[in-house]
Amino acid sequence: MTIEFTLNGRRVTAQADADASLYQVLRALHIASVKCGCETANCGLCTVHMDGRAVLSCSVPAARVQEHDIVTLEGLQEEAKALGGCLADEGAEQCGFCVPGLMMNVLALARENPDATDAEIDAYLAGNLCRCSGYMGQRRGIRRYLDSLKGVRA
Amino acid sequence: MATYQNYVMAQSLEEAYALNQKKSSVIVAGNMWLRMCGLRRQTAIDLSGLGLDRVEETEDAFVIGAMTPLRALETHDALNRETGGAFAAALAPIVGTQLRNTATLGGSVYSRFGFSDVSTLLLALDAAVVLHHRGEVPLAVYQQEPWDRDILTHVRIPKGVRAGIVSVRQSKTDIPTLVCAAAMEPGGVRLVMGARPARAMIAAEGVDPDAPTAVFEEITQRVPLGGNLRASEAYRRKVAPVLLQRAARACVEGNHDD
Repeated sequence: MTIEFTLNGRRVTAQADADASLYQVLRALHIASVKCGCETANCGLCTVHMDGRAVLSCSVPAARVQEHDIVTLEGLQEEAKALGGCLADEGAEQCGFCVPGLMMNVLALARENPDATDAEIDAYLAGNLCRCSGYMGQRRGIRRYLDSLKGVRA
Repeated sequence: MATYQNYVMAQSLEEAYALNQKKSSVIVAGNMWLRMCGLRRQTAIDLSGLGLDRVEETEDAFVIGAMTPLRALETHDALNRETGGAFAAALAPIVGTQLRNTATLGGSVYSRFGFSDVSTLLLALDAAVVLHHRGEVPLAVYQQEPWDRDILTHVRIPKGVRAGIVSVRQSKTDIPTLVCAAAMEPGGVRLVMGARPARAMIAAEGVDPDAPTAVFEEITQRVPLGGNLRASEAYRRKVAPVLLQRAARACVEGNHDD
């Protein structure tokens, strides 16, 4: 089937099988930031924004994105650069494999609750698994990023 | 993974109902468990274009569309105000924000998963389901029925009922090992036990939330419990009275984060 949707601000047309996921469509469109980790909706690696909400692209049927707005990390480079800097400054990552999915969820959090407490950060990001950071550096980096946004908003 | 030959975005409930009468069809809701269960179906029917993704308030009830994401219920002010924060407490432990942005109320309720936090809370709240063909059916009845080919369109929750819900899990975002909910009703609280590991069921009604522990132990003895990979029957039987009592207290005092 043919699906049409907006991807990172550009109108795109894609071919997909009836049982294809959004993740498969995005990879076919050479969106490299979206990766498939668990395929059981647990790891958060394939997170994208669909109409502004963070969703797991491995679980969204491709047909369901018809006429919807999809944003991946490729479409949020400015925010990603700022957030990535904060994570790097706090030594928050080792292998970095989970970072694109983490960033997409942090950017959704920043929009939804820019004044998030540490406990709210932990709760919001519970669906983003990382096997090497231990999470503490990530939380410090995210705290630093949210605080930097307050400076911009003030 | 589930495989389909056709994927139909239903244009009406009538169309979806007609398509769903064939055994080779399946309704796609949040697509969380369905995609992992290895189903092979001719036709997948998608209800996401039918406006079933919102919470409506009437004078005496919340009427919630079956395609409403769990996250919308978790963050719904009026729903949480009326229930003492029970929806936020019940839904926040489910995996992650992204999953709850996609997983739907209807997917949880129709599937009647034994481990469902959602069904456990709704049963305590004396909710009813609205089916396209059959009309309104009490959840307590629907919960015990086998899967059918009708279409769940809404869940109706009476207003003004405070509830409490508590659970134990092997890890914070895992499915529950045992979940207990309580809701105020005339003469006491209604107690519900889920993840027994079978489907949630009403354990007792009209219980004094301040009753001594022995009362909750006696109630637990009447509830069929079992063992699975997450816990033995003996473990559940030991933990259940404590959870029932805490759920009853949460009804009165409000829900807390674990």
